[in-house]
Amino acid sequence: MSKYVIVGASAAGIGAVEAIREVDPVGAITVISEELCPQYSRPMISDFVSGKASLEKMKCRDDRFWEKNEVQALTGRTAVRLNLADRYVELDGGQRVDFEKLLLATGGKPFIPKIEGGDKEGVFTFTKFSDAERLATRIESAKRAVVIGAGLIGVSVAEALAKRGLEVTIVEFKDKILSLILDPAASEVVESVIRKAGVTIFTSQTVHRILGKPGDDGVVGGAVLTNGDQVSCDLVIIAIGVVPRVELVAGTDVKTNRGIIVDRFMRTSVADVYASGDVAEAYDFIFNENRLLALWPLAMWEGRIAGYNMAGKKTDYPGGTSMSALKYFDVPVISVGIANPKEDVAYEILVKHDPEGGVYKKLVLRDDVVVGMIFVNDIERAGIVFHLMKNCVNVKKFKQELISENFSLATLPSRLRKKMGLGS
Amino acid sequence: MGCGLCEVYCIVQHSKSKDVVKAYNREQPRPISRVRLETNRPVSFAIQCRHCADAPCVTACLSGAMRKDEETGLVTHDGEKCMGCWTCMMVCPYGAVKMDVSGKVIVKCDLCSGLDVPACVANCPNGALVCNEVKP
Repeated sequence: MSKYVIVGASAAGIGAVEAIREVDPVGAITVISEELCPQYSRPMISDFVSGKASLEKMKCRDDRFWEKNEVQALTGRTAVRLNLADRYVELDGGQRVDFEKLLLATGGKPFIPKIEGGDKEGVFTFTKFSDAERLATRIESAKRAVVIGAGLIGVSVAEALAKRGLEVTIVEFKDKILSLILDPAASEVVESVIRKAGVTIFTSQTVHRILGKPGDDGVVGGAVLTNGDQVSCDLVIIAIGVVPRVELVAGTDVKTNRGIIVDRFMRTSVADVYASGDVAEAYDFIFNENRLLALWPLAMWEGRIAGYNMAGKKTDYPGGTSMSALKYFDVPVISVGIANPKEDVAYEILVKHDPEGGVYKKLVLRDDVVVGMIFVNDIERAGIVFHLMKNCVNVKKFKQELISENFSLATLPSRLRKKMGLGS
Repeated sequence: MGCGLCEVYCIVQHSKSKDVVKAYNREQPRPISRVRLETNRPVSFAIQCRHCADAPCVTACLSGAMRKDEETGLVTHDGEKCMGCWTCMMVCPYGAVKMDVSGKVIVKCDLCSGLDVPACVANCPNGALVCNEVKP
């Protein structure tokens, strides 16, 4: 019997192990992971493909992590069923792992739409190390790639393939790339550096058919877009999005929406069962409701919160929000919260745009509280604004300063600085 | 008083030569100061990594480069592991994380590991910078 059983050993699982061990140095922990070496950074898989990072560099915890934390790591194993009444997880092969407290950190899986020809050799998804490894083996023999989807995953894999010398085409259904996190102005900045790097971008299009190679129909040879245009390619990468892996809780009392619904302590609707990371719908402090946010930093944080609570240290989650830092083709971008509000009525928008210097700063305010931001190029002080967002600080008196080039901690009112422990 | 000597001595301490003239005149690229002088007259003060007890940069770090040293309590950064994703910058309330000259990784205050007193503190002519350990 393990006191703690964790299904999934990426960010949320790692965060939970560390938090549990801070509170409970001895309680038995068992971790179940489908991957043989799960302690690597998934956001770095594109660096693996581009050749910038080896698996060794990608390891976000060292090889002795499980051992040092006295974790029984069942790697290369799949949890196939939950029995919540008798409190055990059934593994592939029928083995039972009993638990007192269970964390579901199963993450997400790529969403794969039905595309004619989608089963051909040369079609990839791109979320985990094995995807990157398989893709990397095909690069030498490939010349052209089509990436479907211009979200975080699509753009990062496109960049990696372009850096390896492939002719890359991105096909995006929306009319702008990265449309979930950027507004049109910031999206255009990123789009222009991507195009400069030789990548072709088609927006308001999708791939509706994948063609075979002449003479070998089982292997990818091209893609047909919705407008009928045809792009030859050797590889197709589907990067449309991820969906929570909720299949384990199907048929149980664990409540789900799109993901598993958790409270501020990462508890699910079933006692002693917790969820964290990409599989969970946790609190978003900007939207003031639970949302699916498949982001590494939040997964790690949610996992930590779950770990503390599982080990008996009651800790509440203040909430996350959409938050992304980007580095595509060396253009640094930070986007947080409601960066691109659809109806402008309820929001005040402040913008500073210096096209020559490449600097773009935008704040979205609601009742004088910052609820969204985009910073391009000049990003070093973005965290100060993020801090104001998290703490719902009324910025009425200094909002214009926040996007000024002279903005610094010294600009903030002294009472705020004192709250942050600065100044006498 | 905003003299900026903290930045000068930080640069020197993180230079190869550890000599102010050589660091400024000969080292290309010149290291980035880990401490930043924040000014908005008449206010001025120096800010560097606070080595937070519950450091948001450590939780947010995508690559595992940013770690909390269990023994010393320091927030350490491993430039070899850093992927330059800027996530730590996004979450640092003090804006204390800076982009390295290479533009590929971040740099931040390491409290001058190896020195008894950090260079910015030792060389502050006005005694404005002090280094105190605060129990969380």
